[in-house]
Formats: sequence, C-alpha cells, structure tokens
Amino acid sequence: MAVMMEEVLPKQAGPSRTGDNGPVRLELSTADGATKIFGFWMFLVSDVLLFASLFATYVVIYTHTADGPTAAHLFGHDTAGFLAETLALLTSSFTCGLATWEMHQGRAGRLKMWMGITILLGLVFLGLEITEFRDFVGQGATMQASAFLSGFYTLVGTHGAHVTMGVLWMSLILYQLARFGLNAVTARKFFIVGLYWHFLDIVWVLIFTVVYLTGVM
Amino acid sequence: MTPRVHANPAFPWSHVIGFALSIVFTLIAFFAVTGHALAHRPLLAVILVLAALQILVQLIFFMHVGQDQKPRYHLWLFGVAMFFFVVFVVSSIWIMTFNTPMS
Amino acid sequence: MGDGLANTAGHFFVTGDPLIIGSDVAIVLVSLGIVFVLTYFKKWKWLWREWLTTVDHKKIAIMYLLAAILMLFRGGVDAELMRTQLALPNMKFLSPEHYDQIFTTHGTIMILFMAMPFIFAMFNAVVPLQIGARDVAFPYLNAISFWLFFFGALLFNLSFVIGGSPDAGWTSYPPLTELQFDPGVGENYYLLALSISGIGTIATGVNFIATIIKMRAPGMTLMKMPLFTWAVLGTCIIILFVFPVLSVALALLLIDRLFGAHFFTMMYGGNPMQFINLFWIWGHPEVYIAVLPAFGIYSEVVSTFSQKKIFGYKSMVASIMAITIIGNLTWVHHFFTMGAGPAVNTFFSISTMAVAIPTGVKVFNWLMTMYRGRITLSLPMMWALAFIPNFALAGATGVWLAEAPTDYQYHNSYFLVAHFHQALIGGVVYGMLAGMYYWWPKMFGFKLKEKYGKWAFWFFNVGFYVCFMPQYILGLMGMQRRMYTYPADMHWTGLNFVSTIGAYLMGIGFLFIAVQIIHSLLHMEKDLTGDPWGGRTLEWALPSPPPHYNFAVIPHVTARDEWWERKRRGEQDAFLPRPEAIHDIHMPKNSGVPFLMGLCFFIAGFGFTFGWMVVGALGLLGVLACLAHRSLDQHPDHDIPAEEVRRTEAALGRL
Ligand code: HEM
Ligand SMILES: [Cu+2]
Repeated sequence: MAVMMEEVLPKQAGPSRTGDNGPVRLELSTADGATKIFGFWMFLVSDVLLFASLFATYVVIYTHTADGPTAAHLFGHDTAGFLAETLALLTSSFTCGLATWEMHQGRAGRLKMWMGITILLGLVFLGLEITEFRDFVGQGATMQASAFLSGFYTLVGTHGAHVTMGVLWMSLILYQLARFGLNAVTARKFFIVGLYWHFLDIVWVLIFTVVYLTGVM
Repeated sequence: MTPRVHANPAFPWSHVIGFALSIVFTLIAFFAVTGHALAHRPLLAVILVLAALQILVQLIFFMHVGQDQKPRYHLWLFGVAMFFFVVFVVSSIWIMTFNTPMS
Repeated sequence: MGDGLANTAGHFFVTGDPLIIGSDVAIVLVSLGIVFVLTYFKKWKWLWREWLTTVDHKKIAIMYLLAAILMLFRGGVDAELMRTQLALPNMKFLSPEHYDQIFTTHGTIMILFMAMPFIFAMFNAVVPLQIGARDVAFPYLNAISFWLFFFGALLFNLSFVIGGSPDAGWTSYPPLTELQFDPGVGENYYLLALSISGIGTIATGVNFIATIIKMRAPGMTLMKMPLFTWAVLGTCIIILFVFPVLSVALALLLIDRLFGAHFFTMMYGGNPMQFINLFWIWGHPEVYIAVLPAFGIYSEVVSTFSQKKIFGYKSMVASIMAITIIGNLTWVHHFFTMGAGPAVNTFFSISTMAVAIPTGVKVFNWLMTMYRGRITLSLPMMWALAFIPNFALAGATGVWLAEAPTDYQYHNSYFLVAHFHQALIGGVVYGMLAGMYYWWPKMFGFKLKEKYGKWAFWFFNVGFYVCFMPQYILGLMGMQRRMYTYPADMHWTGLNFVSTIGAYLMGIGFLFIAVQIIHSLLHMEKDLTGDPWGGRTLEWALPSPPPHYNFAVIPHVTARDEWWERKRRGEQDAFLPRPEAIHDIHMPKNSGVPFLMGLCFFIAGFGFTFGWMVVGALGLLGVLACLAHRSLDQHPDHDIPAEEVRRTEAALGRL
C-alpha cells in the first residue's frame, strides 16, 4: 500500500525509528519527518483539551438562555443548514484522505487535485457557517445576548477559526507541492496538515452531536 | 530517491468504506433526532455512541492509526487525552449542577 | 477628542505613588545603562547573533535562568513590601489598592514567570545532554517558546508602569474581574500576558515529549533514562493536558471583557463558577508541573552526592506516572467551600489524598538512597536535604486541607498561605536552587564558590521557618489571606512581626546568592574536568560547557547510570570520539524570526489590552507572517563539516 524509499536516511538512530509494519512511508522516511509527525500528534493532544474546556463550558451554560433564544428554537429553525455543514466537512475529510492515498501511490498530480477539492469544500463549510451565524445574529441571537450564545459562538467559532487556519495552511502546502514537487519534506508537510484536517472533523462530529443534535432534541 | 510503488491496491477501498460509514452514522443520528425516534435519554445515548463511532472511523479509516509505526506512544497519549476530554466535560456537569444558579 | 487624549495619557502612565515613581526612575536608569554598555562595548551584534537569534538549547537555558532569577527578585521585592506592611497593625506603608496589586503580581510572577522559566531552564540545560542528543526535537520551536515567555513576562511587568497592575489575585476570579467591577486595563494585562506565555509553555511541552520519545541515543531504552528526564516527561504530559484549559479560561474571560459576552458575568445566565472550575483544572496540576522537575532534580542530586544508585528506580518511575495522571483529578479541593455537594467533595477529597501516596514513595526512596551512602554536603545536596523536612510538613498540612469538612476552617486563611508557600518554596524553589548549583558548572563552565552559598542557604532556611511557621498559627487564629492590615487588638501582632523578620532573612539569603554569583564570576575557577561532582549520567561525560553540537559522536548507551558504570570499569575513553567516527553534523540555523514572532505577539497583546483592536489584529497578522515564512524556508538547517568538529574536539583536548 505504500511507497518505499530506496534509501532511508538515518540522521540519528533512535529506538523508535524502525518500523515493524513493513515498508516505510514517504512522510516517515526520514527521522526528522517521523519526529515532526509525532510532535504534531502532541499538538493535537493539547488541542483535544482545548476543545474539552470549550465543551465543558458549553454544557454547563447551554441552558442559561436568559429569556433569549434557546438552542431548540435557533437550530430547530433550519436543521438542513447544519446537516449541510456536516456533510461538507465529512466529504472534505474523505477527499483529504484520498489525497493522502494518492500521495502514497506517488501520484503528485492527483494529490494536488484532491487537495484543491478539499480546500474548496473547506470554503463551502466556512461559507455555510458564516451564513448561519449571520442568520442567527439577524434574529437577535448575538454573542452578548446570553451565556448560552456566548458559549455557542465561541465553541463553534473556535472550530471555524481552526478550519480557516486549515484552509490557509493547506493552500500554502499546495503551493509548495506545486513549486518543489513531491519529496520527503513536502510529503511530511502534507501528511501533517491532513492529520489536522481529519482532527477538525472529529471535533465537528462532537459539535454536531453535542451542540446541534442535542439542541434540537 | 525515486519512490518505488509497493503493493499498490487499485482502489482506495478503506477510504470509501470510511466515508460511507461516516455518512450513514450522521444520517442515522440526524433522522433519529429530527424524527424523535426515541425518548430523550435513550436518544441521547444513541447519538453519543454514534459520535464515538464516527470518531473511530476518522481515526481508523482516514488517519490510519492502526498502520503507524510502533511503538505508538502518540496514540496512547491521544487516547489519554480523549479520556480527559470526557472527564473534564462530564465532571464539569457533575460539579456545576449542584447548588448552582440555573436560569 | 483632545480632552480624551489628555485623559488617556493621564491614565496611561501610572503616576502618583512614590514607590512606583521610584521604580519607574530605576527601570529607566537601568535600561539606559544597559543600552549604554551594549553600545559602548559594541555588543549589539553579539547580542543579536549569539543570543536573540539562537536556537541552541544550552543558550536558551541560560536565558531562561537569567529571567527566572530576575523574576524571583521582582516577586521577592513584592513579598518584602507586603510583609513590611503587615509587620505591625494599622500600618500605612501600602495603600489597600496597592496591596491588592502587589499580592496579585507577586503570586502571578512567582508561579508563571519565576517557577515556569526556572523549570524550563533546567529542561533545556539538561535533557538533551542526558539522553545523548544534539539538541531538542524542534530547536526553532524551542526559541519561539522562549520568546513567547519573554514577551509575555514583559507585557505583565509593563502593567506596573503603563496603565496599572492587575489587582484581583493571581487566581483572578470573576465576577470581580469582569469589566463591570474591574474596568481598568490591569486585568487585561494579566489575561493576555498569561495567554501568550501559555502558548509558549504548550510548545515546550510538545517539544520535550518529542525530544524524549524520539531523540534518545541508541541503547537508552525508556527504563534506562535518568530520573530527571522521566520527571520532565511527566511534567510535559501534564502541560499538554492542562495548559490548554488555562488558555481557554483566560480567553473566555477576555471575551467577556472585550466583547461583552456572558460566560462568567452575573447577568444573562453567566456562571462565574465555571471559571473557577476551569482555572483549577489547570491550577492544581500546575503545582505538579512545578514540583515534578524538582523531584527529578532531587533524584539526581541525592544519588550523585550519596555515590549510590537511586533506590527503587522502577517505583520512582511509577510514582511519576501516577502523579501525572492522578494529579489531574484532584482540582476541586481548591473550592470545596463552593458548595458543589457532598458526593463531589468526597470524591475529590479522596483523590487528593491518593496523590500523596506516590509522593510518599519518592521521599522514602530518597531516604533509602542516602542510607549508608557516602554523603558529600555540597550546596546542591544541602538544598536537597533541606527540602525533605520542608516537604513533609507541606504534605502533612496539605492532607489537613484535603479533608473537605475541616477545609471549611482553613480555607483562605493564613494557614493556607503557609501551606502553599511551604510546598512552593520548600518543594519548587529549593529544588530549582539545587538544580542550579548542580548544573551551573555544566551550563557556564565554572563552579559557584561555596562560601557565600552556605550563608545564603542558612539565611534562607532559617528565614523560611521564622517567616511561615507563625503563619500557620495566625491562620488558626482567624487571620484571612489578602488582608492589607489588621487591628491591634487581635493578638496577631507578635506573630506577624516575627513572620516579617523571617521574610527579611530570606531576602538577605537571596542577596547572598547574588553576591555568590558575582563573586564566582570575578574569581572564576574553570571546570576543566567536565565532571566536577562525580556525576552518573551522560551530561557529565561532556566538557563544560559542551560544544554546541553536544556530542561529536552519538554515544551508545548500555546501562542506567551509563557514565558512572563506564568510570567504574575504567572506560571513560569510550566517550572520546575517534577521529574517523566523526562525520558532518546536521544542525539547525540560527534565526531571528522567533524573536520577531514574540514581538508580534507582544504588539498584539498590548493592543488588545488597551482595546485597540487594529493594533491587536496587526500583531496577529505579523504572527501569521512569521509562521508562513517558516513554512516556506527551504534551508532551515546547515551542516557543520567533520573537519571543523575535529578541530573543536581537538581544542577541547578530546581527540
Ligand atoms: C521570599 C519568600 C516569600 C515571601 C516572604 C512571600 C510572602 C507572601 C505574602 C505576604 C503573600 C500575601 C498573602 C496574602 O496577603 O494573602 C503571598 C502570596 C502568595 N505567594 Fe508568596 N512569598 C514568598 C515566595 C513565594 C514563592 C517562591 C511563590 C511561588 C513559587 C509564592 C507564591 C505566592 C502565591 C501564589 C500567593 C497568593 C497570591 C494571591 O493571593 O493571589 N510566594 N506571599
Ligand atoms: Cu491543589
């Protein structure tokens, strides 16, 4: 399933360098690449806890609507809206996965194509989210209206900010792939932004469930 | 440094299966809620389980955590982080619902 | 408009209080002095090239250490001011507002801008050397961490002269800290400074976990790692788990203040207690973040100066990991009195007591290591020994506080103040000082002379007990924390007076440390051996200070106390590089971008503090630009030619 490097470049032999799962993938083919991917997982660990705190706050205050709009009222209006957001993001995670798969086949052209599609789907998601927020604000549901809404905009907005960063970042890597071609460095960079993208999907699944579905229940 | 193609499956099956599963789980959860298929508590349990399954789908089919090099310390830490995610959220509810002003 | 400006300027610079004006003048004079010296000796280039742009973990360690000592001084001055105010009843030395500001800056600085950089100084100075690596996993990120800390600390200290200090305690509880009750910029400074340095801290956590997991020399399995490195691993895991929680708590409060949200306000359904909950999810583990590295240092020091291998290595590792996990599950003991209910309080009461068990195991193991060892009483060992009774007391009083029902008595009294100082000074500061003395020769290439150090030790230790023992009693007599004064008829006067004398003694102790450092600099005694204490771990196999690539040839590790084992077998030469084994060494290049990134964060932080959104946004754009620059950098590394390495090693007499 993977691309193997003819030449593995050991910079520094560490105990965790040898894979016992057969051939070494391109992004893991240098000690440096493997270390950076590991480091990125550690960043994801900290991001899990960042969202944990936001969720913890949200679940504590989401009934505190201060006579303003409730979750049921707000999200129940337009259930298709958040379903569309969810489908857009899930599909983008799929296309991002396809991009990784093509990378492992060594097909740089298709890799870039799927990256482009992923970026577009990310933009679609952001567009839907911004429309939704504008719609809510139009109904008087501003962040200042109640604790519930403060929590809602902050939690969902933090995820949105992550997606925005993801779009910018993925575009930057796409540029680098176009410019420098597919090699151990660009492969590692794409792999990492891919991990980030799938992770944002995980967070969204929780938002979909805990914020929206629970809201309209 | 020419990459050599190795054991090349013609089609990314695992991604397609993962995608199909994630869509199915989403739709089940969505219609179960909008159609009020169950009472409140069981429904909540069902959608939370579906969310957990979704997360596993992302991790296994897209992030390929099963295929990473060993030792997989990063997965251990990620797992513990998920554990603390649950602990911090659930305990916050537990701590805050007693004797606190609820609007 | 013009009026507004004049008004702003009036509020902008803090004026009025003679103490503050005095410090303003002192700060300006010192800054001018530094600029003058740098210019006169033409050192600007040197400063930029060797320090501001460095990515070398050893230099970053030195910068952290200097910052920590400087902040210990500032926090210490705060402490002396407070104790002076409390020496006698009805004192007028500090105004109530001023007292509020000072206990706030004292607590915040001591924990976030003194203890944290101090432990990071130790991480950076030691971990790569102990595991046989040439640097940390991500040296560039390491520099970013430092500059975020630095500019965060700068922002926090700036509040003192521009705009006014925060004054709601280091815990910064809402609703008091909401805009409605605390309209100045002081609180914004607190929130933004801590956020910025917090990002740096998370990056350090990521960095050192990756370093320890991925960069160990061949042969150094996890169970052969020195205990300090294990402690750092545990610490960094806790950092990853809880620092994001602090970031969120601070961010939400900031959103309340800047954008009028209602997370923690009293209106529109806000819930201030959720801040307290989040704060302590971070706050309790923070204590372990500070104390675990100290534990690691005690393990190294006790074993070296007893000339014995550590007793119960495996149980030490297990204790560290147990603390790493259980330490995250005890936070509610900081607000038992909030009324969360008996079930909650019982659970967290028990978990708190449970976490004392692994700590007990560690103390037992240190004692067993010393038992029948050949003990040398050098300064690091003296501080380690002084730690033990101190921490035993802190643990005992901690268990009292952990019992929810009795805590209703002690909560927020001077009993608590005495308890946490006992843990923080006796545990953390003693540990860091032990570590500083222990690794100083490795960091700087010369030893600190013992004479003034012993004076410092005795003044500080005696001062400690004189200062804090009376406070336990004062607490039981009903004196509350954060009181700026007290009436004469409470029978508190004598004990408070004694306590203040103790604080002065500790201050003298600190001055002796400063004298000791200056004295040792002037009469420098170079450490030519690289192994002045008879060390056991890899760092002592290198010259002091090590060349910037650390190991010319990466060693192969076979035993737990590798260097000690080699010495015992007379194989020291195994660590001298053979010329033909030396190859080109791949190292990261220096870069000024981490510094600029810190500066951009500083600009953003300053802008948001004053509500100048445009300035804030520009700062953040600068941060993004720095990130993009890094991503596009095609040549972040360079090779040191083998020939140059051979020359360096030969000059060190190692070839
Ligand atoms: C020279 C040694 C020190 C002395 C004499 C000292 C003295 C004091 C005093 C008088 C207070 C205010 C108590 C009150 O009014 O409630 C205080 C608070 C505090 N100190 Fe220290 N201190 C010292 C060192 C430290 C160190 C090394 C740390 C931490 C590493 C520390 C952390 C704190 C904290 C967190 C507070 C609480 C601040 C607040 O109430 O918001 N102190 N200290
Ligand atoms: Cu605690």
